[in-house]
Amino acid sequence: MTSVERVPEDQIVVEGLTGDAAIAHALKQCDLDVLAAYPITPQTIIVEDYQKFAANGEVDAKVIPVESEHSAMSACVGASAVGARVATASASAGLALMWEVLYCASGMRMPIVFTVANRALSAPINIHNDWSDTYGARDSGFIQIYCQSGQEAYDTTIMAFKIAEDHDVLLPIIVAIDGFILSHNVERVEMLPTEAVHKFLGKRVPFIALDPTKPITMGPLALTDYYFEFKQQQIDAINAVPDVFKKVEAEFEKMTGRKYGMFETYKTEDADIILFTHSSPGGTAKAVVDALREQGEKVGVLRLRMFRPFPAKEIAEAVKHAKAVVVFEKCLSFGAPANPLAMEVRTALYDLEKRPMVTDFVIGLGGRDVPPTTIVEGYEKTKEYLKKGKAPFFETLGVRK
Amino acid sequence: MSKKYDEIPIAGNIVEPGNSKGYLTGGWRAKKPIHKDETCLWIKNGTCGLCWIYCPDNSVKLIEKDGKYSYEYDYDYCKGCGICANECPTNSIHMEDE
Amino acid sequence: MVEYDKPAVAIKEMLKRDQVLSAGHRMCAGCAAPTVVKLMGMALRGPTIVCEATGCLEVATTIYPYTAWEIPWIHVAFENASAVASGVIEATKAMYAKGNYAHEHVDVIAIGGDGGTFDIGFGSLSGMLERGHDIVYMVYDNGAYQNTGIQRSGGTLPGQETTTSWAGKVEPGKRQKKKPLTEIVAAHKIPYVATVSPGYQRDFITKFRKALEVEGPAFIHAYSPCPRGWRSETGRSIELSRLAVQTGIHPLYEVIDGEKYIMSGPSKRLKELTPMEEYWKTQGQFKHLFKPEWEEFRKQIQVDINHEWELLKKKCGI
Repeated sequence: MTSVERVPEDQIVVEGLTGDAAIAHALKQCDLDVLAAYPITPQTIIVEDYQKFAANGEVDAKVIPVESEHSAMSACVGASAVGARVATASASAGLALMWEVLYCASGMRMPIVFTVANRALSAPINIHNDWSDTYGARDSGFIQIYCQSGQEAYDTTIMAFKIAEDHDVLLPIIVAIDGFILSHNVERVEMLPTEAVHKFLGKRVPFIALDPTKPITMGPLALTDYYFEFKQQQIDAINAVPDVFKKVEAEFEKMTGRKYGMFETYKTEDADIILFTHSSPGGTAKAVVDALREQGEKVGVLRLRMFRPFPAKEIAEAVKHAKAVVVFEKCLSFGAPANPLAMEVRTALYDLEKRPMVTDFVIGLGGRDVPPTTIVEGYEKTKEYLKKGKAPFFETLGVRK
Repeated sequence: MSKKYDEIPIAGNIVEPGNSKGYLTGGWRAKKPIHKDETCLWIKNGTCGLCWIYCPDNSVKLIEKDGKYSYEYDYDYCKGCGICANECPTNSIHMEDE
Repeated sequence: MVEYDKPAVAIKEMLKRDQVLSAGHRMCAGCAAPTVVKLMGMALRGPTIVCEATGCLEVATTIYPYTAWEIPWIHVAFENASAVASGVIEATKAMYAKGNYAHEHVDVIAIGGDGGTFDIGFGSLSGMLERGHDIVYMVYDNGAYQNTGIQRSGGTLPGQETTTSWAGKVEPGKRQKKKPLTEIVAAHKIPYVATVSPGYQRDFITKFRKALEVEGPAFIHAYSPCPRGWRSETGRSIELSRLAVQTGIHPLYEVIDGEKYIMSGPSKRLKELTPMEEYWKTQGQFKHLFKPEWEEFRKQIQVDINHEWELLKKKCGI
C-alpha cells in the first residue's frame, strides 16, 4: 500500500481540455511502457496527443503505430505479457475489429487500459455517439467504467491502471466517454503533478511474465477438461473488482479530494421515480431533475459508472424505495425483450420483495441529440405507466415515427 | 485427477517448461525402428547423426561415454514415423511391425 | 538461458544444445514441423521468446496441462503473431530502459503456418515488417490449413487437392498459383529474407542465425511436409522437403535488403530441375493429376515452375 498525500493546490495545473485530451494527458502521466493504437474518430485525439508527447520526449513509452485495431489489442497483449504497463484507445468499428482479442486479453489476464470514445456501429456508417460498441463487448471480461466529464475521464484513466493491475483482479479495463459530446468538448480539467501520479500508481508488478530466465507457456490449448476452470477464475477476478475499486478510489480521494463511486446518486433518497443512465445523459438527467424538483416532482438520478462488473446489489439497495426506475440507454439489442442496460437493472431488482417498475427508453442512437425534453418524455411516460400499472418492455425516444 | 479451478495457475499459464515429457506418445507407434550398430557412422566414429537431427520426437539417443559411442531409441516417445530409417545413409535402421 | 556465440551445425555441437521443443508433443507422426523448430533451436544465440499463431504446431505442442516448449512462449490468436511479437519486443526494450527487465536484448521469434502467414496473418505481418521491429518471423509452410483438416490456403500449390479445392470431374484441385509470399515480404525491403528446407539442415541453421543477427525484421520461409494432409509416407517428410528444392517449387535463396538475391548452395548446385512428376507421385494429394484429362494443366504447371526458376536465377545473377 502506497502512502499518498493530498496534493497541494499550487501544484495542480488547470487546463481547458477535450475529453480525449484529458485522457491523453492522464496516459502521459501513468508511466506507460507501451501504447499501441490505431486512429479512429472520435478517439483519434488520444493517439495523436500521446504521439506528440512521445515525439517531444515527454514519455518513456514505446509507441506502436499498428496497422489495425486487431493488431493494436494484440500488441497490447504481447507487451502486457512481458509485464509492461500498457494502454490503447479505440471506438466503434475499431473496437469491433478488436473483438476477438478482447476475449484473449481478459482470458490471458492482461491488465490493459483501453480508453474508448463511444461511437455507433455501422451500417449505416456513422461517426457519432452511442454505446453499441462497448456494450457489444459487455461479455468480453473487460471491466467497464463510463465517465460523464473530462475531469472524471482524467481521474478514472489514472485509477484504471491501479484497479486492473491489482493481483486480485488482473483484468483489462475500458474507460469510456461519449464520442464527440465529451471527446471533443473542452472542459476545465485539474491535472495532478506527474510525480504524484507515479507515486499513486507505483510500478506495475507483473504476477507472471514472459521472461527467458523463467520460461513459461502462455495461451495454450485448454479443452473440455480445463477451459471451464479458467473461466471460473475470471469470475473470481471480476468479482474482486468492487473491493479493489473502493480501495483505489479511497486513496485517490486522499490525494485529490475527488471520488465518484461505482455509481452516483442524485436526489434519490426520497425520489418516487429514479432516472437511470450513464455518461453524458447523466448530466442532462440531473438538470432535468433540478427542473422537475422545482415543480415539486419527487425524482432523482442514478448515474451508473461501473457497467462491468454490474453493481447489482448496491443498485437494488439504492433504488428499492422508488416506484419506478426509468432507464435511458444508447444501445439496441435487436430482438431482445429489453436492451442491455435495462436487462441488467431488471435482473438486479428481480429479487426485491417490492420491485420498482422498470421502463426502458432507447435514446440517442447514432448521435441523435438527447435534449432535456427527451428525458422528460420518458419520465412522463413512466408516470402514465405507473398509473396503469403496466409498461412496455422498451420504447425508442427521439426517432421520427 | 484434474485439479480444481483455484489449484491451477491463472489463465492457462503452464509454469513448468517442457512438461510434455510426462505425456508418452510411444503408444501411437505401429512400426518400430531397429538399429544396427555394425554399419552406423555414429557408432563407428561419432559422425553423421542425421537420424538424431531429423527425428521429430527427440527419440534417438546418441551417447558418447569414455570415448565410446552407443545408440538407443526412446520408445516412450517414438511414434514410428520412420524418418530415421529413411534418412540413414548407411541403411543401418529398418522398421519392423510392433 | 545459455548464450551461444555461434550456431550449432555439427552433430556434436548440436548434441550439447538444450532442446527448444521437448518430446511428448502431439504433432502427427512424421510431421516435419518439430524438426523445423529443432533446427531453429540450433541457431539461437541467447534469451529468446517465441510468439506463435494458432495452427498445428501451436495446438499440438501446448495441450493443457502440458507444454513441449522449453523457452518462453505465447500464443494469442491466429492472425496476430506479428502484432503480439511487436508488443513483446517493444515491451522488453521499454522495460529494460527503466530497469524493470533483466535482459537488454531478447530475440523475439514469431512463428505461423502458411494459413496464419500467407492469408489471415498477412496484414499483421506486413505491418510488423513496415514498422521495422527487430523480430524474426518464420512460416512453416505445409501447403494448406492442415490443422482444421486440409483446406486450401494462399500457400497451396496448383494442382493440390484439399478439402476446399477438391479434384473432381471438372476441377484439377487448386487451379491458382501459390502466393509469392517470399517475394512480397522481400519487397518490404527488410534486411533479411531466406527460404529454408529442413532437409538441408546446415543451410537452414546458418540462415536462421543470420536472421537473428540482423537488426530489424527478418523472414524465414521453411518448407514443412505434412504426411497427413499430403497423403505421403511418414518416413519421407525430410526427403520430400529436399525434393521440393530439387523440383524448384521451393528454391533456396536469400534476399538482402529486398535487393540482393543470393542462390543458396543446394539450389545452386542443381544441374537441372527434377520434373514435377517425381514430386507429385509421392503424394496422394496430387494423384489425380496423372489422369489424361489434366495433361495440359500438368504441363502448364511445369512450364510455370521453369519460368519462375529462370527468373530467380536471373535475379541471383546466375
